[in-house]
Amino acid sequence: MPDTESFFDRTLTLKSRLALLLAAVILLPVYFFPLWNMTFRSNQYTDGLVLHIYAFELQGGKTPNRDDLREINSLNHYIGMRPLLESDFSEFVWLPFVIGALMLLSLRALVIGKMANVIDVFVLFSYFGLFSLWSFYHRLYTYGHNLDPTAAIKVPPFTPPLFGAKQIANFSVTSYPDIASFSLFAFALLLAAAILLSVRRTANA
Amino acid sequence: MSINKGKRAWIGMGIFSLLILSLVVSCGKKPQVQRGGVAEAAIATYVAPGDLDEYYLFYSGGHSGNVYVGGIPSMRHISTIPVFTPYPATGYGFDKESKQMLGEFTWGDAHHPSISETKGDYDGRWLFISDNANNRMARIDLRDFKTKQIFGPIPNVSGNHCSSFVTPNTEYVLAGSRFSIPLPRGTYAPLEQYATTYKGVVAGIAIDQKSGEMSLGWEILMPPFNYDLGDAGKGASEGWAFWTCYNSERATGKLEVTSTQKDRDYIAAVNWREAEKAIKEGKFKMIGGVKVIDPKDRPGVVYLLPCSKSPHGVDVSPDGKYIIGSGKLQSVTTAFNMEKIQTAIQNKDFTGDEDGIPVLNYDNIKDAEVNVGLGPLHTQFDDQGFAYTSLFVESAVAKWKLGSWEVVDKIPITYNIGHLAAAEGDTAHPTGKYLVALNKLSHGRHLSVGPSQPESTQLINIAGDKMKLLYDAFTEPEPHYSQIIKADKLKPIEVYPKEENKNPNAIWDVKDSKVERNASNVTVKMVAVRSSFEPNKLEVNQGDKVTIHVTNIEQTTDELHGVGINEYNINVVIDPGETKTIEFVASKPGVFAFYCTNFCSALHQEMQGYLLVKPK
Repeated sequence: MPDTESFFDRTLTLKSRLALLLAAVILLPVYFFPLWNMTFRSNQYTDGLVLHIYAFELQGGKTPNRDDLREINSLNHYIGMRPLLESDFSEFVWLPFVIGALMLLSLRALVIGKMANVIDVFVLFSYFGLFSLWSFYHRLYTYGHNLDPTAAIKVPPFTPPLFGAKQIANFSVTSYPDIASFSLFAFALLLAAAILLSVRRTANA
Repeated sequence: MSINKGKRAWIGMGIFSLLILSLVVSCGKKPQVQRGGVAEAAIATYVAPGDLDEYYLFYSGGHSGNVYVGGIPSMRHISTIPVFTPYPATGYGFDKESKQMLGEFTWGDAHHPSISETKGDYDGRWLFISDNANNRMARIDLRDFKTKQIFGPIPNVSGNHCSSFVTPNTEYVLAGSRFSIPLPRGTYAPLEQYATTYKGVVAGIAIDQKSGEMSLGWEILMPPFNYDLGDAGKGASEGWAFWTCYNSERATGKLEVTSTQKDRDYIAAVNWREAEKAIKEGKFKMIGGVKVIDPKDRPGVVYLLPCSKSPHGVDVSPDGKYIIGSGKLQSVTTAFNMEKIQTAIQNKDFTGDEDGIPVLNYDNIKDAEVNVGLGPLHTQFDDQGFAYTSLFVESAVAKWKLGSWEVVDKIPITYNIGHLAAAEGDTAHPTGKYLVALNKLSHGRHLSVGPSQPESTQLINIAGDKMKLLYDAFTEPEPHYSQIIKADKLKPIEVYPKEENKNPNAIWDVKDSKVERNASNVTVKMVAVRSSFEPNKLEVNQGDKVTIHVTNIEQTTDELHGVGINEYNINVVIDPGETKTIEFVASKPGVFAFYCTNFCSALHQEMQGYLLVKPK
C-alpha cells in the first residue's frame, strides 16, 4: 500500500468491517420496536394512556377496555388539538426507506472497504438523526401550538415534552426514547467504531 | 309417622313458632346476634378502596324483575342487570331489541339464578334466571352482563318457579309449573275439575352449547301438584333431574289448609336421558305446539319419591350421591340415596302410583332423616363434606355432616331465612368459606325507611367449626336464590370492540352520520361521542315514523352515552362500541330536546340536540 494513501482512501480493517456488519444488523429492531413512547397520566388514568411512536406507525396502548390513541384524540379535541392521524405523518412512509438505505450503505461500505464510504454513511446518518429530532420536536410544537380557536377549553399553547416529564393541564406527560432509538444510537456508535478501528491500525502500521 | 304423632308435632311446632315470633318481635329493635368478634368480622369483610372482592354474588331480584350483582366479602351491591323489567338506568326496555325481548310484559318475577356448568362446576358463560310470573326463562351473558334472550312464555308451563337449575354440562335448564292449569294454556275448565283435568308440567329447556340459545327440549305431563323447586343430578345422579312438589292432595281453595293434609308429598325424579329417548321414539303428544311425554304412555321417564310434608328445596350433594329433600312443615330433612333409588326402580319397589307414575318405597330409598330444626327449606354444601340447611320457622342455619348425619352447629338468622347460597355451593366442587343467607324479613336491622322494607342478606363465615356472622346487607325485593362464583372465573369485557360490531346500521365516523327520509319514514344514523351527537338536529313531520340508529364510537371503559328525548318517554343508553335502535312515532308536534342522560364528560351538559316536529 502506498504511504501517500489519504485518510479517506484507507482500506478498512476486518474489525471495522465487522463493526459495519453489526451496524447494519443492529438497525433491524427499528422495524419492530417503538422509537419513542409518551405516557399521559392523570387521576382517571393512573395506568397512563400510552402512545408508541414507531418508524412506520403510531400505536396507542390497547387493552380490551381501552384504545389509547382513540382516547388521546377524544381528550385532545376539547383543547382543539388536531387528532393524531397516521396519514398526517409522511415520516411513516419515508423513514423505513431511510433505515433500509442506511443498512445497505453500511453493507456497501463493508464490501468496498474504504474509509470514505464509512464517512459518507456517518455524515448522512448524522444529518438524518438531527433532522429527525428537529422534525419530531417541530411536530410536537405544531400540535401544541396550532390549537383550534373554537375549542371548548382554551389552554395556552404548549410543546409536549420531547424528553422527560411535563405537566399539561391534569396530565403528567412523560416522553422517552425506546428500543428503536437505542438501535439508531448504537448504529452511530458502531459507525464511529468502524472509523476508529481503522484509524488505529494505520497509526500502528 | 302416625297421624296422632304428626298432629302433636304440628301443634308443638305451632307453639314453637309463636315463641320464635314473639322473640323476634321483642328483640326486633336491638341487634340480637352475638356482637363478639366485631373487629374480626370487620377485617374479614373490609375490602379497601381500590381492592376487589373475592367472589361475585348474583342474587335474584324477585318481583323487581332484576338480577343484582354484589361482591363478597364486602357485600356491596355493584350493579343491577335488568331482565324482566324496563330499567331506564341502562336504557333497557327502551331500544328496539330489548323492547322486543320484553314483549307485552313490563314485569317478571325473577326467581332462581343458575350459572352454566361444565362437568358440574360453574364455567361462567351464562346465568339463567326463571320468571315465576310469566313463565319465561332468561339468559344473561356473563361476558357483558347483559340479558341476551328471554325464552317464553314457555308452552304449557304455568308459574315457572321450579326453575332454572342447570344439568352438569348445561345440556338443559329446568322449568316447570307451580300452578297446574288445564292444558294447553288458554283452555278453560272449571276449578272443580282440578284433580282430574288440570295438569302440571316439568320441562327441560335445551341450551345450544355455542350460542347459549334456549329452545324447548322436552316436557313431561305431570299430576296437578305444585312443582316447587328443583335441582339437576350430577356425578352419581347425572342424567336425572329432581323437582319437589307440594299439594299432592290435588286440592284447591285455601291451600294453606287443603294442601297440608297429607304427611308426605313428593320429589319427582326424571331420567332426562330416557325423556330424550322417548322423544326420539316418537312417544309424545303434541300439546300447545310442543312435544309432551305422558308418563302413562312411556314408563321409565319419571318416578315419585315420597318426601316429608310440603317439601320446598331439593338439593343434590356435590358427588351426586344424596338427594336432600326438605319438608318445610316438619323438622327433618331427608337424605335419599341415589343408589338405593336406582335399586328400588330396578326391583320395582313401588308403593303405588299417581296417574301412572310409580311411587318408590320411602323406607328403602332414604339414608337418613336429619333432625335439622323447624321449617327446613334449602340445602347447600361446602368443601369439607358439610351441608347447610336454611330453617325458615326457626330462623337459623343448621350445619350438618353428610354421611354421619349429625347436626354440628347452628346459627341464628335475622330474620326468617329463605334461600341460602354457599360459595359455588351447588356445584360438584363447592369452595366453602362463605355462606349467604337470603332472608325474608329485616325487621329494623337498618335505618328505618318506612313501611316498605328491604330484605336482609347476611354473610356468614363457614371456614371454621362454628359459623360466624360477618355482615348484614340489605337488598331490594326480593332475593330468592343466588349464585356465588369465584371472581377470577369471569372475565367480562367493558368495551364492545369495534371489530365485533356487526350491526349494519353502525357508523364510526361523524362524516357518515345522516338523516334519510322515505315517505313518512325517517331513518337517522347517529354518532354519540364525547361530547356531541351527530346529527344534533332532527327535523321530522308530525306522524313520521322515526328510527334512530345510534352508535357510541368510544372505545374506552365507562364512556357510556344516553339518548333521552324530552316527553317522548325514551331513554336509551349506549355502551362504548355499541349500536342501538330507537323507534318511535313523532306524534306530538313541537320542539323537543334530546340529550345525553349518562354523564360522560366535562361537556356532558352540552351533549344535546333538538327534535323538531312540524305540525300536520
